[in-house]
Amino acid sequence: MLYRPASERATKNEVNRREAMAAKDNPQQSTGNMGYLLADEEFLEETRRQLLHFASLQLGDIHLAEDAVQEAMIGALKSASSFSGRAALKTWIFAILKNKIADTLRQKQRTVNASSLLREEDEDEDFSELFDRQGFWQPEERPASWGNPESSLHQGQFWLVFEACLEGLPPRQARVFMMREFLELDADEICAAVGLTTSNLHVLLHRSRLRLRTCLENKWYLQGG
Amino acid sequence: MLNCQDATRLMSQSQERGLSLVERMSLKAHQMMCSGCRHFERQMGTIRMVTRAYVQGKNEQEKK
Repeated sequence: MLYRPASERATKNEVNRREAMAAKDNPQQSTGNMGYLLADEEFLEETRRQLLHFASLQLGDIHLAEDAVQEAMIGALKSASSFSGRAALKTWIFAILKNKIADTLRQKQRTVNASSLLREEDEDEDFSELFDRQGFWQPEERPASWGNPESSLHQGQFWLVFEACLEGLPPRQARVFMMREFLELDADEICAAVGLTTSNLHVLLHRSRLRLRTCLENKWYLQGG
Repeated sequence: MLNCQDATRLMSQSQERGLSLVERMSLKAHQMMCSGCRHFERQMGTIRMVTRAYVQGKNEQEKK
């Protein structure tokens, strides 16, 4: 039958259009080859664990951290179909989490008592291991050339060293370092969020960078990395 | 005349705020004579680059 009444054709088009709309509203239908990531409990659990560590360090409150991580993961998994692999999905989850943490920190005055942070022991950490009495590098601590540092980015082993060095930072230094470098908050935002003066913050960031630098140099760049 | 401890302090702060002209000049003068602090400055940039790459999941790509 070659001839179809116009009314019937319209109906068919309508059906197709509705199906297309339904598929759009229901991401599960279009998840396609990303389904394996959603079923990969080990990957999800490992990701959740890492993010929770990060978020609780930033927010100083495990419940807030759990909420933030959960929201970020649910948010990201809803649109899992648009990612081409684990790295991309994890990046996306992390991006959502970063925004969430940054918002939380901006909105509320810290639930963590700022003064409790100041009481930590590392306050009077001294620099005598790094610098001599005149404030010049101790000979064995003087920064060396790192060669071509970009090439490290492609070596899996480098990232393990990097993570170990980050974890080696005292908690307070780690926290402000991550706020600055991971969340990319500016100095004023960090000071407001954790109740530090600008000069406190400069001191903490300076120490964290000295420490991280030393660790990366000793554990990676001087090891022929 | 800056010592290395002061120089690294300024280099760290330059990641959060612009340095004054005087600060920049004393830093330059120090670095001309101090290879350790020249390396330190480059390494601050490296650490920032590495951190950004980490946040973007570069480490996951390499683990695969």
